[in-house]
Amino acid sequence: MEAFETFDGIVAPLDRSNVDTDAIIPKQFLKRVRKTGFGAYLFFEWRFDEEGEPKPDFVLNREPYDRASILLARENFGCGSSREHAPWALKDFGFKTIIAPSFADIFYNNCFKNGLLPIELPADRVKQLFALTDKHQGYRLTVDLENQQLRDEHDLVIDFGVDPERKRRLLEGLDEIDLTLKLEDKIAAYENSERAPAPIMN
Amino acid sequence: MHEVTSPQAFDGLRVAGRQVRRPDLTAATMDHNVPTDPDDMEIRDPVSRKQIETLRENCKEFGIKLFALENNDHGVIHVVMPEHGIIQPGMTVVCGDSHTATHGAFGALAFGIGTSEIEHVLATQTLPQNKPKTMEIRLTGQPDDSIAAKDLILYIIREIGTSGGTGYAIEYTGEAVQNTSMEERMTLCNMAIEAGARSGLVAPDQTTYDYLRGLPYSPSEEELDKKIAEWEELKTDSPAAYDRKVELPVDGLAPQVSWGTNPAMTVDVNDTVPDPSNLKRQEERQEAQRALEYMGLKPGEPITGIEVDTVFIGSCTNGRLEDLRQAAEVVEGKTVANNIRAMVVPGSQLVKKRAEKEGLDEIFLEAGFQWRNSGCSMCLAMNPDRLEAGERCASTSNRNFEGRMGTGGRTHLVSPRTAAATALAGHFVDIRKLQ
Repeated sequence: MEAFETFDGIVAPLDRSNVDTDAIIPKQFLKRVRKTGFGAYLFFEWRFDEEGEPKPDFVLNREPYDRASILLARENFGCGSSREHAPWALKDFGFKTIIAPSFADIFYNNCFKNGLLPIELPADRVKQLFALTDKHQGYRLTVDLENQQLRDEHDLVIDFGVDPERKRRLLEGLDEIDLTLKLEDKIAAYENSERAPAPIMN
Repeated sequence: MHEVTSPQAFDGLRVAGRQVRRPDLTAATMDHNVPTDPDDMEIRDPVSRKQIETLRENCKEFGIKLFALENNDHGVIHVVMPEHGIIQPGMTVVCGDSHTATHGAFGALAFGIGTSEIEHVLATQTLPQNKPKTMEIRLTGQPDDSIAAKDLILYIIREIGTSGGTGYAIEYTGEAVQNTSMEERMTLCNMAIEAGARSGLVAPDQTTYDYLRGLPYSPSEEELDKKIAEWEELKTDSPAAYDRKVELPVDGLAPQVSWGTNPAMTVDVNDTVPDPSNLKRQEERQEAQRALEYMGLKPGEPITGIEVDTVFIGSCTNGRLEDLRQAAEVVEGKTVANNIRAMVVPGSQLVKKRAEKEGLDEIFLEAGFQWRNSGCSMCLAMNPDRLEAGERCASTSNRNFEGRMGTGGRTHLVSPRTAAATALAGHFVDIRKLQ
């Protein structure tokens, strides 16, 4: 995985709560057997009409949000299905960070596996950011994971929290399976212990 | 594993030159893409077919047991695995599917994971996790016999909200829970994710042990007593400290019907469509207003006045034998209302066989229901079973999200009995008034 570096990007406001993973990437696009190419179908039902034409009022179809790399949304973002196609689609579209007051657990985990940083902020901070995107056309934020800070060009600085181990993995772009396999002796010891499960599928 | 969330995980293994560490603890089936029309089981969509074939090839290459279409032992993964005795108390169960919570019914810690995590488990048989907080949901009192586990879980979600369980593992307790069958417990645990909790569980007890006895992959009769002694140790201490406790009275609970576009948007069947302007927060009002527009409903409309086009009985929530029995009891000797498309999709081929042995298929077919082969079917419409735009459905599935059952489709979540009665009347019905 690529290391997560500090970046500056346009914030796309998606003023909805309970955005579910069915909305992020509808089921008809889950049939591909690769991880790439899902960006074209991101938010498909909201983004395109019945003829497949972009709906002009949807935020990601409007300049300059079609180039956004930060998504701003309301609470419980990513609820529903566990499909990792949701972060794949967000990443493929060009998003690197999602900001919301809360995230669904499975989606939150899936983001970190794909170099996507979900940032949880208090609801009034999120409200403030929505107001700022409203006020400044093409509002931008700098996302600095190392220092756990969001900054804008109007001197706003917002600190955010993140699990230290997850932060390290993102910053260093570490392969989690490699990390786990370094514990091979511990896994094997458990498998040889009395507590280990008996084979089931034999 | 199923075909939708696994291909990229196997791909990752191949790229890194890794093996499946424990094929003896891994199993798969085909469910999301499979056709359910018994007269036409050909998979025409080439992309669906490719996904099914990919799973078949991956299971063969890595030596994984597959409950397959060609062997006629497939079905929805959360129905197939328990009915074979593969899920047992104390296990940690993961699957690339959020409804993996279902298996908590056995006193297993079961939760949905993403594809990267599947790859991690296949390669290492481990998964680094943060310990979830614990929540007790205690149901007090005893609902009427006509009330199903589906009504209980819809009521719970309605009370604690779609993110009320986020970060928690839920344990369902109380007499109303202890009195449930294994199949009801599976319904209850299945929808924990709809309250935001990755896992929900019920402590194993005699009901659990009786269910497991004699199943193909359960411990043998000689081993079982020893196992039961171990499983008895799994129970939560009494009293126990939970991070959060919720107590909900279920005496006299009414059948539940969802009206909106998330499962917390649910009311009693004898109630009316709520008025968004009565909600406190502006965001909630907006969300409810959007939901009403999508659902084509007006505030104050009686739920029992809402007419449906389609009735779907099935899914990992309500596609088991007891669910079909409950629906069949309501349907027996009656006829589906005019212009209603009603279908029963058993949760697995085994459920289908057993239901046919009891003659349930004839009850449904005579009433005008379609009697299908098993699969996820209309619950998420990845196969040809789906709603058309604007079509309204009473469904025993788990998600009423926008477009979930087909673009523009409108879903109302209900129990199997309520779905069956709705098919007969053409509109929602308070099943308590049928008796």
